Amino acid sequence: MAKRDRLSGNEAIAIALRQINPDVFPAFPITPSTEIPQYFASFVANGQVDTEFIPVESEHSSMSAAIGASAAGARSLTATSSCGLAFMWEELYIAASNRLPLALALVNRALSGPININCDHSDSMGARDAGWIQIYAENNQEAYDNMVQAYRISEHKDVRLPIMICQDGFITSHAVENMELLEDADVKKFVGEYEPEDYLLNPKCPMAVGPYSITDYYMEAKRNQAEGMKHVERVVLEVAKEFAEISGREYGLFEAYRMEDAEYAVVMIGSAAGTTKDAIDRLRDQGEKVGLLKIRLYRPFPAEAIANILTGMKAIAVMDRAEGYTNHGGPLGADVMSALYRARSQALAINYIYGLGGRDVRVEDMEGVFATLKQIAEDGDAGETYRYLGIRE
Amino acid sequence: MATDITKLGVKAPWKDLTEGMVIAGAGTSRDFNTGEWSTDKPVFIEEKCKQCLLCTPVCPDSCIPVKDGKRGEFDYDHCKGCGICVKSCPFGAITMEGVK
Amino acid sequence: MSNLTEIRWHGRGGQGAKTAALLLADVAFQTGKYVQGFPEYGPERMGAPITAYNRISDVQIRVHSNIYDPQYVVVVDESLLEAVDVTGGLKKEGAILVNTSRPKEEIIPHLKGYEGKVYTIDAHKVSMATMGRYFPNTPLLAAIVKVTGIMDEETFLREMRASFSHKFASKPEVIDGNMAALEMALKEVR
Repeated sequence: MAKRDRLSGNEAIAIALRQINPDVFPAFPITPSTEIPQYFASFVANGQVDTEFIPVESEHSSMSAAIGASAAGARSLTATSSCGLAFMWEELYIAASNRLPLALALVNRALSGPININCDHSDSMGARDAGWIQIYAENNQEAYDNMVQAYRISEHKDVRLPIMICQDGFITSHAVENMELLEDADVKKFVGEYEPEDYLLNPKCPMAVGPYSITDYYMEAKRNQAEGMKHVERVVLEVAKEFAEISGREYGLFEAYRMEDAEYAVVMIGSAAGTTKDAIDRLRDQGEKVGLLKIRLYRPFPAEAIANILTGMKAIAVMDRAEGYTNHGGPLGADVMSALYRARSQALAINYIYGLGGRDVRVEDMEGVFATLKQIAEDGDAGETYRYLGIRE
Repeated sequence: MATDITKLGVKAPWKDLTEGMVIAGAGTSRDFNTGEWSTDKPVFIEEKCKQCLLCTPVCPDSCIPVKDGKRGEFDYDHCKGCGICVKSCPFGAITMEGVK
Repeated sequence: MSNLTEIRWHGRGGQGAKTAALLLADVAFQTGKYVQGFPEYGPERMGAPITAYNRISDVQIRVHSNIYDPQYVVVVDESLLEAVDVTGGLKKEGAILVNTSRPKEEIIPHLKGYEGKVYTIDAHKVSMATMGRYFPNTPLLAAIVKVTGIMDEETFLREMRASFSHKFASKPEVIDGNMAALEMALKEVR
């Protein structure tokens, strides 16, 4: 039986973690993710979980400890934001290359500088090539649901890769919204026990983790790692299907909102997708054929499926909540446009940088984006493809 | 499941590598002949040896086998030729010889 | 969405504007509504102006932007009347609620010609009389419920008692004071 509740995004993640009851949670606080270990520490103190909670002295250490615990055979995780993620950069690659299925609850926040505590995606976008699975949420419900599904994807025998469950700092992490929580027992059953095949604390088969690989092995090792990623799309869909059976909520690799007969599409990640849906409903009432493709799984990038949806559009705006400093757009823009190219799409596409450092995105802003797309299609020319939304000129 | 390290030669295709390059199973270093790296090689002069066994524990590569209270010939498959055993021997029963 | 109520709170860091917004979200949720309650942080410092927001609706709320054209504004600290454009975008068919000990007539000249309804509450007086300490949240929460009419007073008081009983389970002695503050505030809104 689902339980109706109202929670902030951070509380929602903490509750999912209480229900999962992981083995080891090393943590170091940083705004806006601090509340996750804070709530969780109270669950530990109250005896509601039997997790080993380790307060460490830095994010470098929190991820290192999570890796060590995972290698030892425990189900582990940590939480962080922004510069905290940057400080665990080295370990991110180690977790992925060692094929350790641990989780990171990431609350997206701008990287310095200028120093800023508010939301954008520059932290996780910087980590997009680290070999982690990245899943993003539009709202608190999705953040919770994604966390519940995380270990099933990450620990799957065909995958065995670390997973980052991302939500927008403050916009969802600190906003109280309506939610539906699953019963503790249902989550426990869904997530199941973690039974690793090889692990350091197995006395029957001692092992070495993270051995040095000379040039003769390194490239084969990376190719072997890439094989895990190739199974992620399938596993994400399988897990989503099972999740729908216990929750009634359906998830895919992305959400296509009012895309059936759309001619103009926005592609984006995160909380502004909800705002865009309101803009789409308003424009649909005026007869405009507009839609949204909201990315859920960003790493690996489901390029083919995305291109299939987008290829027939008249014009597309890809929205990046992070700079790429390529002089032609952000990371999502690059991914979507290369997917369109490979699909030989003729759609006109532009790339907006928006929402940096918490810059607000209004329904009107997104209506403006659709108006621009319509204009581009009429002109038959995308014009400048690298644009900033809502910037003071 | 123990790693089949016989597959892990430098010609191994990527599919034969283990996930995450883990090496499951103990004592696999025995199969890795690091002795071939040495540029110097200790020589055991049995007639000078008093079997005091001072050399055995100082060997960093455990290359001086002991059987029935007596040391035997060096394990050249794993000896890297560091020469510590030479320094430890009070009787001049070990000398170093350049690898030819 | 015609049934959407949007409220903007202006306070200073440490005064509980965010908490008040979350409490309002909480009690509206208890009556079956869809809610949002969220803060907008500038510098994270005691005393710096902060804004908090509420959306309350009969249908799911998807928008994740701040609120620019609210029906209601609550000013937790009257010194903000000069420092911040509190009536910016405020709909004239809506209302503004100011926490002040001064009469309404003295407040209106500071509202930049705002044409809608103006309400005041002396949260300090209510708080000191009922709780013996200054917690402006509790009286302001009751006052905004009365001003907006998002629920009837009886329902509000019933839900708040349940909420306080849960929140203050370890110190039940403060529940009565908080309830008295709510009841007094409902009568003290001018």
